[in-house]
Amino acid sequence: MSMPADRRVTRAAVAPDVPAFDVHGLEPPVREALGELLLTMADDEFVLGFWDSEWTGIAPMLEEDVAFSSLAQDEIGHARVLYEMLAQLTGGDADEIAFGRPADRYRHCRLLDHPRTDWAFSVARRWLYDNADAVRLSALASSSFQPLAQLVAKLRREEVYHLMHMDIWLRRLADGGDEPRARLEAALAQLLPDALTPFAALDGEPALLEAGILTAPMSELADRHLERSSAVLAGLGIRIAGATPGRGSGRDRERASDAFQWLWSEFTMVIRSEEEAVW
Amino acid sequence: MSGGISSLPLEQAVWAALEDVHDPEIPTVSVVDLGVVRRVQVAPGRIRVEILPTFVGCPAVDVMRAAVEERLSGFAADVEARVTFAEPWTSERITEQGRQRLRASGFGPPAPSTSEGVDPHLPVLPQATCPYCGSRNTTIENAFGPTLCRAIYHCAACRQPFEQFKTV
Repeated sequence: MSMPADRRVTRAAVAPDVPAFDVHGLEPPVREALGELLLTMADDEFVLGFWDSEWTGIAPMLEEDVAFSSLAQDEIGHARVLYEMLAQLTGGDADEIAFGRPADRYRHCRLLDHPRTDWAFSVARRWLYDNADAVRLSALASSSFQPLAQLVAKLRREEVYHLMHMDIWLRRLADGGDEPRARLEAALAQLLPDALTPFAALDGEPALLEAGILTAPMSELADRHLERSSAVLAGLGIRIAGATPGRGSGRDRERASDAFQWLWSEFTMVIRSEEEAVW
Repeated sequence: MSGGISSLPLEQAVWAALEDVHDPEIPTVSVVDLGVVRRVQVAPGRIRVEILPTFVGCPAVDVMRAAVEERLSGFAADVEARVTFAEPWTSERITEQGRQRLRASGFGPPAPSTSEGVDPHLPVLPQATCPYCGSRNTTIENAFGPTLCRAIYHCAACRQPFEQFKTV
């Protein structure tokens, strides 16, 4: 965790710090639970952003090259602010949290642990994630932790565009003839067992609920997500035989998957070769 | 600083100076036009400026913050611009002058948006007015453009593609 002192100085001069908040007003168990919530949300956005960025230059059409690059920038920007908030909470450093962990310490949900695969797979995963994220953000909009509630109010306005875009693509593939439809259904069959993993129970969940930081249990949010997503898929006549959304632990893994190990080696390439690099 | 502005109250002078700080991605509009400046607080020897990012991941925020501090450096010994999310920046914050300047440089200004209660489950249909001919007969080509805050449209009336500052 050591870091050259001048790197911190350089960062402080350019990085948009998140607004200061009163860390000491939070009881230690609540602080720890809030840290877990922020880390899991940040890791989700961060990892998805890097998967999105893997389409830059090779998306199936120019418009999607632009769109996925923009989506990537949005998500990594969201992750950055969440990491900054976490760093303020724990007295750590946002860069160190984002880039300084070994691959098996990231807490992104299993839905985001699959490789990029083909276009239909990326669309299906993003559609599932954006719908889950909308449910999660709506539950945090009235969080008792003001800095997060305020940030979430802003994030929701941006995420609307993500959801809208993926909804258009889901319908386009579903109505796009035999091959797009078959690829979409294959992707959904592979992903549905992990569809609810964004709502995997957190160790600190009881403390978050009691403090009003989280306004509904993750299991209830998972139900809302499942109900809504199933209705949309049923409306498109998509029934995936044999695939039922599992709940499972969702975020805990002993070892990083090969796919994520590869992604990690990509996004840490610069920091591993140039320790003083800043983002 | 020039002597001319010393007769103005400091806060007013600061707001006037901030008109000189432009969005690096859309240089025809200032941070004041965009509604990015939330608040200016002045005290003897000290100025604080609160900045609302248009988009959370906008890389221009760092640049604008540094530019604000540099522009105001002659006004007080202690100048600081800070990012805040105390209220969400929305496209409603763009001033009338800002909208005119966007149109003049070929950007469609954002459509009116509801300021509260945006439901991510019920996305609004994006609409834009053509900055060239004023027609509303436009269609969205891509919700994502060259920067986070821009979407790409096509005008059916004058057959021009154009960018819109996104409605958020």
